[in-house]
Amino acid sequence: MEKSTEMGMNRTGIAMSPIHSKAMISGSQQLTPVERPDGQAVKLMERQFIENAGKVGSVPVPGTLSGALKTAMEKMTGRNPEALLNKMGERLAFERSGVRLYESMIRKCEAVATLQGAAPLPLDELQHIRSEELEHFRLLKTCMTDMGADPTAQTPDADVSGVAASGAMKVIADPRTSVAQCLEALLMVELADNAAWELLIALSEQMGMDSMADDFRQALKQEETHVRRVRDWYEQAVMADAGRENAARH
Amino acid sequence: MTVNLFDTQGTPLDQQKFTLRELSPPPISKLDDDAFTRVRIILMNGIEQQANRFQHLCAQMNEALREPLARIRRVEHHQQTVVNWLLSGDHSPIETTIAYEQVAIEVTAAIAQQEPDDYLAQVYRYGLLEDFDHMYRYSALLDRVEGKDANNILQSYTDVIPGRPTSDEHRHPHDDLRDHYDRATAQPVSKLNALTIMSGEYQTRDYYMNIGPTFADPVARNLYAEIASIEEQHVTQYGSIIDPNETMLEKWMLYEANEAYNYYSCMEAETNPRVKAIWERFLDYELGHLALVMDLFKQHERRDPAEILPQALPDPIAYESQREFVRETLKREIDLRAAGTAFVDKAEESGDSLQYREHLNSEGSPSDAVAAGYMWQPGTELGNDAVRAA
Repeated sequence: MEKSTEMGMNRTGIAMSPIHSKAMISGSQQLTPVERPDGQAVKLMERQFIENAGKVGSVPVPGTLSGALKTAMEKMTGRNPEALLNKMGERLAFERSGVRLYESMIRKCEAVATLQGAAPLPLDELQHIRSEELEHFRLLKTCMTDMGADPTAQTPDADVSGVAASGAMKVIADPRTSVAQCLEALLMVELADNAAWELLIALSEQMGMDSMADDFRQALKQEETHVRRVRDWYEQAVMADAGRENAARH
Repeated sequence: MTVNLFDTQGTPLDQQKFTLRELSPPPISKLDDDAFTRVRIILMNGIEQQANRFQHLCAQMNEALREPLARIRRVEHHQQTVVNWLLSGDHSPIETTIAYEQVAIEVTAAIAQQEPDDYLAQVYRYGLLEDFDHMYRYSALLDRVEGKDANNILQSYTDVIPGRPTSDEHRHPHDDLRDHYDRATAQPVSKLNALTIMSGEYQTRDYYMNIGPTFADPVARNLYAEIASIEEQHVTQYGSIIDPNETMLEKWMLYEANEAYNYYSCMEAETNPRVKAIWERFLDYELGHLALVMDLFKQHERRDPAEILPQALPDPIAYESQREFVRETLKREIDLRAAGTAFVDKAEESGDSLQYREHLNSEGSPSDAVAAGYMWQPGTELGNDAVRAA
């Protein structure tokens, strides 16, 4: 791996400046009014905000009521089709961002390869995963279009899952992070992605969209491979780091 | 090292150039660099931001100076970019906020002690105790919302203890105005100090106004809205100590001298060699700006810059923990309040401010709520058995 874990001048803990820390701790104890920690005021304030809060947003109204949509809607009679469209929109956005995440990862590995003469991960496998993420995005785009939904709209769950994944994107984009650190972020993304595909399949079946559920099952199979590969790479990277002889200690 | 303002020309303006690559230097390490390196970076971002803002306003009010202002301002903008881009992306917005308050506390405390004018020193001490309380409130927020310890940022240099309660800091606008220094009699260092602290507080106000709405947590959103309001009061307070009778060019010269003074102070204290080289380079840039503005001053006002500027830059601002001074100030002055431009005991506070505050707090106080029962301790309050059991 290109960057090993090393000891250095990390200054964040109290042990790094014992004199200052002693003064800080005693000051906090002596000069802070003694009250039992109380979360009630915050709870009350939060409750008021929650009670008065709106929603993140809505699922867009279908642009056209095509024949396909009519058929789909008929199949879903008595159910809530918006729930399915919301989740399809979420997967579409997640897969689309996944393509960009893998592209960022590939660029980082290529840069390491240039520096060290060898890629830290098999680039062809990363490319393969990236192309499957792109396929999944396109599959969802087709499914949503066939249902008369607008695949360019951002559904509420697409928005929220994007917020949830934003930390992973930051980790991978940071030039200072190691490949192992990026793999941990990717693993979080892939684990969530796997669970989400399983849910989408169950949801499609419940809505009577059996053919679509079959397509999604194929995507899940590929995603299961992604999670296994990323988990293996991650574990190997951390183990290799732990097993490396530290020149500084000798 | 002494920096004589009349013997040096600094880097000529036409040699002050940047590539886009230079505008985005490798950042410092949040974990390994000294907290005071981050303090200096944040302060200098504020100093440059205010120089830029001042120069834009000048250009809109003075046709003859538009061209030199545009040339110098472009360089100031790029200097600010280099400086601010030294902060790394792994700082969460609340962690950066903790660092901003550390700037407000440590720099204001250092300046309060070097300020020769007693009234101005009192103004600084007054504001200091308010920013000190913000640190306590934001540390509680960081602990209770993100589960993180503010001391990872503070590195034990700065206390996390209540100051003048934030909910008591809300005042009527006329109780935020202060007497200004007299341009004819004030010492140069007093003029520079005022620009430094006003610039720092202005960027803090702007930072909170920008990042406040990026939070999802409703208490965080509300707390940033509250403290941004106090920072607006602080900008009013520190802006009002500057003599409004100074001419535009007089002010511009002081701004440039103050930028040079601050880069010089940073350079003298810096422990990170890469960052020190930036301070050194930009000190020379500012001396170049100052030389040019001195010429404009002579040309337009037919006066000698020595009437305004000191022969040499004052002793550098101290970058070290001001714990004892802050605690002493806390002990003596926590109950001070404002009535117009005067500082008075809590019992004599202006009725207008009391009314203003009562209304503002009437639907709840986020700063009180977020820190209720909070006591900072190493590794967050979750290490406390009473909290764990809750």
